[in-house]
Amino acid sequence: MADVKKIATREGYGQALVELGREHDNIVVLDADLAGATKTGTFKKAFPERHLNFGIAEGNMMSAAAGLATTGLVPFASSFAMFATGRAYEQIRNSIGYPHLNVKVCASHGGISVGEDGASHQCCEDYALMRSIPGMVVMSPADNVEAIAMVKAAYDYEGPVYIRTGRSAVPVFHGEDFHFEIGKGEVVREGADIAIIANGLMVYEAMKAGEVLANEGINAMIINMATIKPLDEELVLAAAKKCGKVITCEEHSIIGGLGEAVCSLLSEKLPTPVKRIGMNDEFGRSGPAAELLQHYGLCAENIVKVTKEFIEK
Amino acid sequence: MTELEKRELQIMACKVRIGIIDSTNAAKCGHPGGSLSAAEMFTYLYQKELNVDPKNPKWADRDRFVLSKGHTAPGLYSALAYKGFFPVEDLLTLRKIDSYLQGHPNMAMVPGVDMSTGSLGQGISSAVGMALGLKLQGKSPRVYTLLGDGEIQEGQVWEACMSASHYKLDNLCIIVDNNSLQIDGNIRDVMSPYPIVDKLQAFGFHTIAIDGHDFDAIEAAFAEAKTVKGQPTAIVMKTIKGKDVSFMENEAGWHGKSTNPAEYEIAITELKAKLNELEGK
Repeated sequence: MADVKKIATREGYGQALVELGREHDNIVVLDADLAGATKTGTFKKAFPERHLNFGIAEGNMMSAAAGLATTGLVPFASSFAMFATGRAYEQIRNSIGYPHLNVKVCASHGGISVGEDGASHQCCEDYALMRSIPGMVVMSPADNVEAIAMVKAAYDYEGPVYIRTGRSAVPVFHGEDFHFEIGKGEVVREGADIAIIANGLMVYEAMKAGEVLANEGINAMIINMATIKPLDEELVLAAAKKCGKVITCEEHSIIGGLGEAVCSLLSEKLPTPVKRIGMNDEFGRSGPAAELLQHYGLCAENIVKVTKEFIEK
Repeated sequence: MTELEKRELQIMACKVRIGIIDSTNAAKCGHPGGSLSAAEMFTYLYQKELNVDPKNPKWADRDRFVLSKGHTAPGLYSALAYKGFFPVEDLLTLRKIDSYLQGHPNMAMVPGVDMSTGSLGQGISSAVGMALGLKLQGKSPRVYTLLGDGEIQEGQVWEACMSASHYKLDNLCIIVDNNSLQIDGNIRDVMSPYPIVDKLQAFGFHTIAIDGHDFDAIEAAFAEAKTVKGQPTAIVMKTIKGKDVSFMENEAGWHGKSTNPAEYEIAITELKAKLNELEGK
């Protein structure tokens, strides 16, 4: 796993938009003065007339996206995760979610890997906010290949979707033949000693942890749960049944995200001990992304540590 | 318009008002005040202005109307019912648990409702999106949205106005119902949005100030709006909250409550007397 190419998932978003734009006239892309950062600027270069800047006014952008959708267009509305899902939560809930309109909210800069900008820009609550809206699909890709496939799947799906991409470059581990399906988890490593369910950049960290653990005789089943809602219940239950213990890993608060989705399912259908790795109900801080991920335990080393302690119990 | 046409519109506005009182009375709640103030506007929009087809509510080339002040759904539902989108008697199911007539409009449930609204400030943004979407696709329908004068205290309204003017949406006409009252009292005392016309002008709108109970003025304003190119139009209409129900007129307390049986009798008697007078009975 040494020489892996690294690309930020937001790059895949921009690339997928351009590819979709070539095939479909009905795509419009909305941004709130962050086109360079969210990578909708890539689409703007190719299709300037279909790129709509709404300025620094995310609430208006989301409700306008709803209006655009009613005219038969497919709007992809972008900002940073903090402002898309935080600032404009209620617009997404009432203008997009309630009438179940075909709007794709695609936010970049999720989690603490935003880095130096600090806690005000490090959104670790977006899954929680978006999961709580009835009918909303919530996803986050683990690498660039998955990001491209996910954005295309979101276009093909009729209804509101939230996709979170990241700012930092992350290893690309999927091959070009990768197939993505909304609501289906992906077993990236087989094992029976413990199930590690991760998403976003934590998938690769879990995979690295899996190698270390294997060297120590612990065979972890590792799942990339790119769709948080609807959760792949069948796969979670099968993994819990097979392994008996589950660890969740996400670059998000342990409140309301993937970990809680897994816990909710298991506590009702197959009570299984779970450990959640994520932001422990705290704000992030400024610093280089890699150092922050280490500091908050969102890294392979911590997954190894938590796994060993959990298994010994 | 001829005097006869005007009389017909006045009769219809009176029926719309009866629908508002009947439906909120049956629901034992709802928002009669701001529905009554906009009764002429609802009536004119659905009887004269909007190119819509009750038999084909989702017709792609229809004009759009977004009730940004969604709490005045009783006024919208009444106008839709009289236009033939659904049976008038269904108005009596307003806000009931098995009714499609939700407390605030739901586009997924009500034929003729073009956008789900209720959270103030969002409807105008959706109307901007509709106008922009139609323009991008080279389509000719126009988009209308009705806002409350209290609603324009929401910052999102001004974000929407900025974007309407930035994108030169001359297919968009916004209407502000200036009935001067909101839940907590006079808008001037709660949080003054005045001067409304000047603000809209500064945000790039072509503005028209009218008496919102005068059908001639409404007709002229919409005709003028259609001649405006390269910018959106705002019609600011002065109205009386609770109009045509004596004890509701200019009373903030009737923003969001319904009549008790005695009040209902007075209200409906007044409106029916007015209807009889208009019909020459």
